Amino acid sequence: MTGQPYPEPAASPTATEAGREPSLRPARPRWRETLGLLARNPTAAGAATVLVLVALVAVFDQQLAPEGPNEISVEDRLQPPSTEHWFGTDDLGRDVLSRIILGASVSLRVGFTAVGIALVVGTLIGLLAGYYGKWVDDVLMRFMDVIFAFPAVLLAIAVLAVRGPGPTNTAIAIAVVYVPIFARVTRASVLGVREEVYVRASRSVGASDLRLLTRHILPNAAPPIIVQTSISLAFAVLAEAALSFLGLGTQPPNPSWGLMLAEGRGYIELAWWIAFFPGMAIFLVVLCFNLLGDGLRDVLDPRQRTAMGGGR
Amino acid sequence: MDLTKRAEPERDVLVSARGLEVHFPIRGSGFRRRPIGAVRAVDGVDLDVYRGETLGLVGESGCGKSTLGNALLRLVPPTGGRVTFDGIDVTALDRRRLRELRRRAGMVFQDPFASLDPRRTVAQTVSEPLEVHGLAGDRRERAARVGELLELVGLDPAVAGRYPHEFSGGQRQRVGIARALAGEPDFLVCDEAIASLDVSVQAQVLNLLRRLQRQLGLTLLFVSHDLSAVRHISDRIAVMYLGRIVEVGPAAAVAGDPQMPYTRALLSAVPVPHPELERSRQRVVLGGDVPSPAAVPSGCRFRTRCPDVFEPCPDVDPALQPVGSAPGHLAACHLHGVVGTPVAAEADGAADRPPRAATGSAAR
Amino acid sequence: MSEPVLEVEDLRVDLRTPRGTAHVVNGLSYTVGRGETVAVVGESGSGKSVSVLALLGLLPSRTATVTGRAALQGEDLLTMSKNRLREVRGPGVGMVFQDPMTSLNPVLTIGRQLAEAVRAHGESSKAAARERAVDLLREVGLPDPDRAVDRYPHQLSGGMRQRVIIAIALANSPALLIADEATTALDVTVQAQIIELVDRLQEDHGTGVVWITHDLGVVAGIADRVLVMYGGRCVEDGTVDDVLERPAHPYTRGLLGALPDLAEETGDGEVPDLATVPGVPPPPTDLPEGCVFWPRCPVRSDPRCETEQPPLDLVGGPLLTKGDGLPHRAATWCREGDDRWT
Ligand SMILES: Nc1ncnc2c1ncn2[C@@H]1O[C@H](COP(=O)(O)OP(=O)(O)OP(=O)(O)O)[C@@H](O)[C@H]1O
Ligand SMILES: Nc1ncnc2c1ncn2[C@@H]1O[C@H](COP(=O)(O)OP(=O)(O)OP(=O)(O)O)[C@@H](O)[C@H]1O
Ligand code: SF4
Ligand SMILES: [Mg+2]
Ligand SMILES: [Mg+2]
Repeated sequence: MTGQPYPEPAASPTATEAGREPSLRPARPRWRETLGLLARNPTAAGAATVLVLVALVAVFDQQLAPEGPNEISVEDRLQPPSTEHWFGTDDLGRDVLSRIILGASVSLRVGFTAVGIALVVGTLIGLLAGYYGKWVDDVLMRFMDVIFAFPAVLLAIAVLAVRGPGPTNTAIAIAVVYVPIFARVTRASVLGVREEVYVRASRSVGASDLRLLTRHILPNAAPPIIVQTSISLAFAVLAEAALSFLGLGTQPPNPSWGLMLAEGRGYIELAWWIAFFPGMAIFLVVLCFNLLGDGLRDVLDPRQRTAMGGGR
Repeated sequence: MDLTKRAEPERDVLVSARGLEVHFPIRGSGFRRRPIGAVRAVDGVDLDVYRGETLGLVGESGCGKSTLGNALLRLVPPTGGRVTFDGIDVTALDRRRLRELRRRAGMVFQDPFASLDPRRTVAQTVSEPLEVHGLAGDRRERAARVGELLELVGLDPAVAGRYPHEFSGGQRQRVGIARALAGEPDFLVCDEAIASLDVSVQAQVLNLLRRLQRQLGLTLLFVSHDLSAVRHISDRIAVMYLGRIVEVGPAAAVAGDPQMPYTRALLSAVPVPHPELERSRQRVVLGGDVPSPAAVPSGCRFRTRCPDVFEPCPDVDPALQPVGSAPGHLAACHLHGVVGTPVAAEADGAADRPPRAATGSAAR
Repeated sequence: MSEPVLEVEDLRVDLRTPRGTAHVVNGLSYTVGRGETVAVVGESGSGKSVSVLALLGLLPSRTATVTGRAALQGEDLLTMSKNRLREVRGPGVGMVFQDPMTSLNPVLTIGRQLAEAVRAHGESSKAAARERAVDLLREVGLPDPDRAVDRYPHQLSGGMRQRVIIAIALANSPALLIADEATTALDVTVQAQIIELVDRLQEDHGTGVVWITHDLGVVAGIADRVLVMYGGRCVEDGTVDDVLERPAHPYTRGLLGALPDLAEETGDGEVPDLATVPGVPPPPTDLPEGCVFWPRCPVRSDPRCETEQPPLDLVGGPLLTKGDGLPHRAATWCREGDDRWT
């Protein structure tokens, strides 16, 4: 630089005094603060706890399940809930509780994988389309429109027909359906954030596109994406059920919540528990995802964290 | 085409624009969205900013002040003309050198509520230029530097970990200034930097800018519509109308002895905080509609509203010429002698005229 | 004067924050007559915006407690149902918000947004609404309004956006116009134009105006009365001549002293720094006892300053103020050297 060198900051012993050293980080590490705040939000904290429990069940399913998933016993067919079979038995005499426990991992894995893929791919596409606009936007979003135009089930069936059934492929099939949704949500949000003055301000100090996208645009465009994620997780669990019902997802006799729900449907008047308990499991998980999503969105917004100070 | 040489001793120019143009395409609504016209936001600006001075830029809302400021820093790409920064052609920089320009030239934005990322702490915001340009090595050094910068703008370094919403408008504007100063720039564009602050805070920020300028040898382009503030802080003032500089000169000369009818109207419209004076004040009321920068009038672009308009005005596009008694005082108005580019007979609508830089004029 | 357009009585707003309760507005009373303009000036954070947001029920209902009375043409705004409030906004009250970026939707053309405002209150057909939108844009002096309606907010300059917002507020010729820093982003000539437009509205429709601004020059030009706020209180009010020419409160004096002067003589010497009011305003969660201004007051001399809240007293009775006989009042103990106090 050609001007005079910068002067020492006007006599500032305070700046370096121990304990007052300024830090580049927020006053407290962000994740700890976030967890702390989440803990203070009772609904979100409750939901998170339930989800952790469900995840634990999915991991330790072999140890936890009272019986094997496919232990058929003809004399125990269609038993209502009792002390021996807490959630009753199905038409083949298999213990419903055991099958729910063992099906948890399939349902959750399919749900998480599907939404994970859709989230990453869809957000990336939406981010690029929204940020760069022009032909990038046109090309990417027209492509998304094409995918979106297919009936979801048809699309999933096509994917599974090509790749064959199985949990991973089910997840991919569901993901394909959800990618355009994430892309759209992200793009809409990015379009708003892109024109914010603080984005231009960052560009004015030399920030690269990558930096703008990752540090400024994505975090500020995130809230609707977070909400969409929690909604999609819920729907993915249900979609897996639908596909299994069509015989394309989880293959019988292996359990998954969706499949169990589908199988129990036929017995709903005779033995309600076969469909009811898997249905409740899905409901509980879906509800918890939604509550957690809402809580996260609030907690991740710094404006919600601290009081309004001076100014406005 | 050095406009100032004749009237003033040579001065060290830091930023200079020649025939600068920024035209935004207006697109049709058809499928291909073909351009069907252009908003001529900046339309042939010649301007020098001297090293170490404060140049005030005033003008009507929408006349292109922000766009000019942005174009000087290449935050919007110019569509014509040239900008040089310390002798380097800004319009033709590769990525690496553009980044260097970003370090050497900063910008303070109008709205302190919108110009800070709400999800990043003050420290993260201020340290961004340090990270981007790899200044101040590791995290500790950066933190120390952020502390220095905050002190420099009169904030307690202890607030570094807070988020923007915890600050008042004036404090946020200081954060914005600290960010702009982080790369140790030579040149700072302040785009309406005080407009949304209240009076006593405005005074603080004006004092701060002046102090920083003295302390750091900064060159300032101070864009504002608050003429009193511009008058207070500037060494020279430039007046812009519809994408063009129409008057420029020493602050006292432009504010005290305006030579171009638009400047006179502008100055006479400044409200004064004394009710009786204010009620009796003689205003030059501008008639006529504000022309759109998409359809600029031919000849003098102020002629549709000018109280002094006479025959040559629609036919000759006035060039800046020395006026008044102060050296370096220039105005583009035929009242001081008809100089400029004649409007070509066939291009009556004026919208498609080539930029005037192509032809010479008596003044140059 | 006939029935006032707006009558605010002892308005108080408390906001719950994690740091405690913020007493943002503390007993504000004023009236706005038909065709009258009341200018509200004051420190940033003194509660100007909040006090008007409270009138329209626009504060977060979970954290805000609003008490007092605020009658719009005799109808209490504070106890009004949500639906009635929505009906009242538009034809009853036009509001220009302080934050121009967030008052416009970035992904809708300004024409759509204007048309919405027009259609929400009557005007039925789409085409008619659009025509009206173009007219409104022309009235606020936007160049080339036919094209401008199809543009998005980010394609307009700051001042142009501001004019769009003003156009939305004026769309239905409201009985009361609340303008929060409405002309801050505008240059002086356009500002003069807007002020004239509002003037005309006042003449034609008797619109009452509450004009929040920090530009004391504008205040001098448009206001009939001025209200100076500090720390959520009215610290001085009176006719525009009284307050700007003969300020009685130390804060008002400081404010007037901080203005740069267009006619100032710079010469070659150093320009002196502007006078500022030193210090920062108190946080509304922790207002000082006594006079809200005392921690920053350059002249505090009275022992009561730090302990007792000064009442809003007459600075010379209504008989002493000439003209329309509106009282000039100020809330300060510092009356030394000022012989107007009765
Ligand atoms: N991205 C854009 N696309 C199209 N037109 C634009 C764009 N940005 C600015 N303009 C137009 O360029 C002209 C000049 O805008 P600019 O923001 O430079 O004005 P300004 O002088 O800063 O005004 P103000 O004082 O109101 O901020 C305006 O007519 C505006 O509509
Ligand atoms: N939603 C909110 N929650 C908590 N506090 C708030 C909220 N909105 C405003 N405040 C606080 O209320 C006080 C008054 O704010 P207000 O916006 O009314 O100030 P103002 O007088 O309009 O200032 P300015 O001139 O800066 O616009 C401020 O201290 C602010 O921090
Ligand atoms: S050139 Fe003519 S129209 Fe332009 S400012 Fe001068 S007198 Fe007015
Ligand atoms: Mg601007
Ligand atoms: Mg406000």
